[in-house]
Amino acid sequence: MGVLKLTKEKFRKVDLINRISGQNVYDCYQCGRCTSGCPSADEMDIVPSQTMRFLQIGEVDKVVESNTPWVCLTCLICSVRCPKGIDIAAIMEALRLVKLRTNYDFIHPNKIPEEDLEELPPIALVAAFRKMTP
Amino acid sequence: MAEKPRIGVFVCHCGLNIAGVIDVKKVAEEAKKIPGVVFSTTYVYMCSEPGQQLVIDSIKKYKLNGVVVANCSPTLHERTFRNAAARAGLNPYRVEIANIREQVAWPHEHEPEIATKKAIRIVKATVERVKNNMAYVPYEISVNKKALVIGGGIAGIQASLDIAEAGYEVYLVEKSPSIGGKMILLSETFPTLDCPQCIETPKMTDVSQNPRIHLMTYSEVESVSGYMGNFKVKVRRKARYVDVDNCLGCGACVEACPVKNIPSEVDRGLTNRRAIYISFDQAVPLVPVIDADHCIKLTYEKKVAEGKIKRRSKPGTVKICEKCQDACEPKVINFKDTDKIEEIEVGAIIVATGFDLMPMEKLPEYGGGKIPDVIDALAFERLLAPSGPTHGVPKRPSDGKIPKTVVFVSCAGSRDPAHGVAYCSRICCMYLAKQAMLYKHAVPDGMAYNFYIDIRSNGKGYEEFVQRVREQRDLIYLRGKVSKIFQRGDKVVVWGADTLTGQKIEIEADLVVLSNAMVPSEGAKELAQKLRIPQDEYGWFNGAHLKLRPLETVTAGIFIAGAAQFPKDITDTVSQASGAAAKVISMFAKPKLTKEPLIANVDTEICAGCGICKEQCAYGAITIDPKKKVSVVNEALCEGCGACAAVCPSGAMQLRNLNSKQVIRMVEVLTEDY
Repeated sequence: MGVLKLTKEKFRKVDLINRISGQNVYDCYQCGRCTSGCPSADEMDIVPSQTMRFLQIGEVDKVVESNTPWVCLTCLICSVRCPKGIDIAAIMEALRLVKLRTNYDFIHPNKIPEEDLEELPPIALVAAFRKMTP
Repeated sequence: MAEKPRIGVFVCHCGLNIAGVIDVKKVAEEAKKIPGVVFSTTYVYMCSEPGQQLVIDSIKKYKLNGVVVANCSPTLHERTFRNAAARAGLNPYRVEIANIREQVAWPHEHEPEIATKKAIRIVKATVERVKNNMAYVPYEISVNKKALVIGGGIAGIQASLDIAEAGYEVYLVEKSPSIGGKMILLSETFPTLDCPQCIETPKMTDVSQNPRIHLMTYSEVESVSGYMGNFKVKVRRKARYVDVDNCLGCGACVEACPVKNIPSEVDRGLTNRRAIYISFDQAVPLVPVIDADHCIKLTYEKKVAEGKIKRRSKPGTVKICEKCQDACEPKVINFKDTDKIEEIEVGAIIVATGFDLMPMEKLPEYGGGKIPDVIDALAFERLLAPSGPTHGVPKRPSDGKIPKTVVFVSCAGSRDPAHGVAYCSRICCMYLAKQAMLYKHAVPDGMAYNFYIDIRSNGKGYEEFVQRVREQRDLIYLRGKVSKIFQRGDKVVVWGADTLTGQKIEIEADLVVLSNAMVPSEGAKELAQKLRIPQDEYGWFNGAHLKLRPLETVTAGIFIAGAAQFPKDITDTVSQASGAAAKVISMFAKPKLTKEPLIANVDTEICAGCGICKEQCAYGAITIDPKKKVSVVNEALCEGCGACAAVCPSGAMQLRNLNSKQVIRMVEVLTEDY
């Protein structure tokens, strides 16, 4: 891990996460209660509380590229237990959305044969997009 | 005592504190076997009402003429049982404590048999001591019902106002030209964001208008003699060169002064002042002072007087500057003013000398004061203050630009034994949060970073305030101590870390604000020597007991208030100042003061007047009678510490009720085999 140079510009992306999730990542005071109750923290590259911290110092790409948002079960235990009332699950969803909006997909809708598209229900396509993304 | 000893021994269980380790029943049984002991018993809490009643009833029933209470440390309950004995008609100085809790039960928790044996020995030794205890009557001392308050910051101001309000006269001595202290320099105060110009200046005006408060600014305590109730203090009134009583405070002299390049003390060197100056606009008194080291006229006169230069013309024919005097309408400037010594007599003294910041030079890794855009927090307060040099919008010292990136550094010297300061300066977390918030108010597009190790926000409304600051996106809190600060081009680079992510951090800042460690104010050491009050290893004044007597010093009649004792915020300072004032008022409310009679006593038949005791005395209580050539103990000054008795080569100096005969007898009992 090299030296992290903090600049004002670096923090612009945090606004995006805050806007999508409706939360403020700076509410977090790093108590660690989200991590301690998370059933899938063991499987995560970055545990939930550290995810919050990386977001606070503007390291949005780092958490977006991690497996954490995809390992998250959305069980909401973190959101229920957060002493400062942050909906951490909503932030995880925001991270997934940020990743999805980069068009980083295994499935390209324009490459699906037209007859298949006619057959497929739209919900199946939506599910496929999300599942097939890392 | 001359009569046959009839001693009672009272062994306390202290719940299970003592009885859980020591066999208290056995201690009482063994005590009864000591010759001279006529009664012994145990009780679960001897200090409780029924416990004290047991002592009182037993004194009367068994006609006791001596009492030993085996319980906790005498600092806790010696007075309790002496008072109880007095209520039973026994002289209180015939009561002694045998400490079997702190000295036996607690340290020997896991060896009850040894503990019981040790307790018995201590009780035996104390009984032997009581056998030779004399009856004494406390001294009565008259009290001069005027107080001296040293230091005109918010602590000194509050204490003076409270004492004056109670009807007593106060001398308030302040070394700088105006009262107000550090508080008046601040921008706004946490957590309510009241500005000190709004909340402190009314108190300053009250001080100047109160007929019972004698304000002595630009003055310093020269020497202190005397004792509780009767101190004699010499105050040096430094030459101000301006008549305080007749000056109108118009400032025409300041405008006229041609010397303009002296770094301002109030603005921490961010601006310059003249050689004649008024510290700040709301100064009390609003009277200028001439800085003799920089005034053209006074430096010339000084050189002439020292013979370094010769006067070219006859005195009075050619004017050397004197522009301030020319501009002065009421003609109150007097170049011939000199320091004057004023003697005052007071009954009590409150020390409220406050704090300073650790100098930048002591922080070389943070630039050591050589980087212009690395400033201390008091300087940043001035930059944020509407009354300050930049009218509340901070501009950096190097080029006057508004800083867009500011880094705040907590614990700059504090909590850092390597820098000689192991303690926490207590207020930095809060004021840095406040400064960050005010900075964002002044520079909305600015970015602030705050490096911290822990956030300490333990006051009413404090944690809520810090959270309000931290929840903002442009005020980034980073957990880690900054390792290095250096200049790169026109930027100041800060190397730190975020230990929460394990990330090394670099920030290119426009301005860096350090929360330099708080240290005792300049001159505190000299003042401590003049007052004979102890300081701790860092130079903060020590209270007589950290928990239970924080306002009193060990020297009776001298009290401490505010940050002179230890770093404090304004709330704590004001509370403590009122507390110290209450101590003084309760002292003045009594017609006479009483003082413990257990002090040193000289046998003038033996004393050779060698004077060794005099040098040992920390309180200046011993003098040598020039005619009789013997030591004389001042009963009012002596605190009964026993240092003199310990060094006396002839045994002439003895401590009452702890004389060498008693001590040797106690040692015999403690060391005998059984």
